[in-house]
Amino acid sequence: MVLLLDFEQHPVSSTVASSSPVPPVDFEQLRLDDARALLSRDAGLALPAPAQSSTDYLQAVIDGLCELSLKDPLTGLANRRHFRNVLDRTIEVVARSGEPALLLMLDIDHFKKVNDTYGHGAGDVVLQTVATALGKCVRPMDTLARYGGEEFAVILPNCHTYFGQTIAERIRQTIEQMPISVALGVELHVTVSIGGAYAPEWVRSTGTLWTERADTQLYRAKKEGRNRVSLDYQQEIVVSAEEKNMLFGHLALGDPAWIDNTAGEPPLGSALQRVN
Amino acid sequence: MSDLTSTPTAATGTPTVPLKPLGKVVAVTSGKGGVGKTFVSANLAAALSRRGLRVLVLDADLGLANLDVVLNLYPKVTLHDVFTGKAKLEDAIVKAPGGFSVLLAGSGMVEYSRLTPEVRDDFLRIMSGLVPRYDIVLLDTGAGISDVVLFAVSLASEVIVVATPEPTSLTDAYATIKVLVGQQKRQTIRMLVNQTARLGDGRAITVQLQQVLDRFVSSEPGRPIKLVHLGDIPADPAVRQAIMRRQLLIQSMPGSPAAMAVTQIAQKIEETVVPRI
Repeated sequence: MVLLLDFEQHPVSSTVASSSPVPPVDFEQLRLDDARALLSRDAGLALPAPAQSSTDYLQAVIDGLCELSLKDPLTGLANRRHFRNVLDRTIEVVARSGEPALLLMLDIDHFKKVNDTYGHGAGDVVLQTVATALGKCVRPMDTLARYGGEEFAVILPNCHTYFGQTIAERIRQTIEQMPISVALGVELHVTVSIGGAYAPEWVRSTGTLWTERADTQLYRAKKEGRNRVSLDYQQEIVVSAEEKNMLFGHLALGDPAWIDNTAGEPPLGSALQRVN
Repeated sequence: MSDLTSTPTAATGTPTVPLKPLGKVVAVTSGKGGVGKTFVSANLAAALSRRGLRVLVLDADLGLANLDVVLNLYPKVTLHDVFTGKAKLEDAIVKAPGGFSVLLAGSGMVEYSRLTPEVRDDFLRIMSGLVPRYDIVLLDTGAGISDVVLFAVSLASEVIVVATPEPTSLTDAYATIKVLVGQQKRQTIRMLVNQTARLGDGRAITVQLQQVLDRFVSSEPGRPIKLVHLGDIPADPAVRQAIMRRQLLIQSMPGSPAAMAVTQIAQKIEETVVPRI
C-alpha cells in the first residue's frame, strides 16, 4: 500500500488543488482518534505531535498499527497471523537450504481447571508467565506465538534433528518446575504437553501440513498422559549411514576417520543424517 | 485417465498410484538446488532446438524455479494467468533466445504449490494441451521436491537426475531416486553428472549409485531399477561466464568443453525420447 502524501506543496489546511494529479490527504478529515487511543493504551506508544510533521505522525500511526496487528495483546508473543507468515517462509527456506527446522505446539494441561478454580484473571497470569518462560528457553531467532486459547507454537529454524527432543524437554521441565503466583499467597504449578514436527526437507510442502503433523504429536502427548513431549521426525526419506558409506566408499574424501565414525553407527531413528 | 483420481496421502499430498506418463515429456530434477539444473534444462533445450526439434521448457516448480532469471525473460502473461483463467495457454508461451519455447510460472503461482485436486487437474489439462504441439517438453523442477513437482515428474516418460560429484549432491540425488522409485515405481532413471573434474568420473558415480540402489532399494523381483548414464558435463569456466552474462552457453561459447558435452547429451536424448517416424 502506498500512501501519497504531499503536504509540502499543499498545506494541510488548504483545499484540494485542482491542478494536482494526486489530491493531498486532508488531515482534518482523517478519523484517527480510535487508532490513536488504541496505540497509546494497548501499545503504550508515544506518537509525535501531529503539528510537527504530518508525514511522521501518520507513519508512526501506521507502524504502530502494523506492530499491533502482529502481536497477541495478552502475552506479547506473535499472534496467529504472524505465526502463519513465519511458518510459510520457514518451510520455503528449508526446501531450498536443507536446514532442519522444528515446529513445536504446546498446550497447557488442564488449563480450564485454573480458570474455573481461580478465575480468568489467574488464567491470564498463567498464560503470561508461560509465555515469558518460553522466551527464556529458546534462541532469539526462534518465533514464539500464541496459537489460540492456552495453546502456543514455537518455530525453530536451523534446529538440528538431534537437538529437538532436548529443547522440547527443556521447555517442559522449565514450566513444570516454575511456581506461578496468581494472587497474594496463591502459587500454582502447571504442566504442558508438547508435540513437534520437523519440516520435510526433501518434499516441499505447506505450513498447513506441517502444523497438522505437529498437532497430531500434541494430541499423542495428551493421550499418553500429558506433561510430555512427542516428536515426529520426518519419515519421508532415510539415507542411512550404511548407504552413505557405500555411496562414498570409492571416493577419496581425504578423511578416513569420517567413514570409520559412521560405519558402526546404527541409523538414528528415522532422522535424516547429513554428510556434514 | 481414471488412475488420476487416487486420493492424496496425508503425509505429502502426493498420489500413491503411479500415473500414466505422457510421451515426449522429460523431467529434469535433482533433489536440492545448486547443481546447475536450470542451466542444464535451458542449454539442453537450445541444443535440441538446434537439432530441428520443437522444444518447450516448462517451469514445473510453479514460480520457484530460476528459469526466468537464467533466460532473462520476464513475460507479462504467465502460467499463473492460465491457471486463473485470465489468459489462454498460447499467450503465456514465449520464445527464448535459443529458439525454444518457454512457459514460465510467474510469481503468483506460489499459492498453487500445494497439490490440491484443482491444481492437479489444471496442470494435467495444461500438459495435455502442450504435449501434441512439441517434439519434447522439458520440465524444469527447481530446488526441493514439492508435491507439485512430484506430480509433474510423474507425468514424464523420462526423468533425468542432475548431480555433481560432491557428496551432498550425491546424497540428494540418491534420495530423489529413492522417492521416484518408491512413489512412482520408476525403473529407468537417467543420470547426468555436472561439473566433473576428470573423464569417466560421471560414469563411475552412476555405477556407484546403481550398486547402492541394487543393495538397499528393494524392487519387485525381476524388475530391477536401472540407472542409465546419460553423460557428463565437465567443470568449465565458460559456464560461469555464460551464466554471469545471462547467455546460453551453447550459443555464446559453442566450442567450450561444457557446450560440446551438452550437445552430445541432446543427441542422446533425441535418440531416446523422440519416436522414429
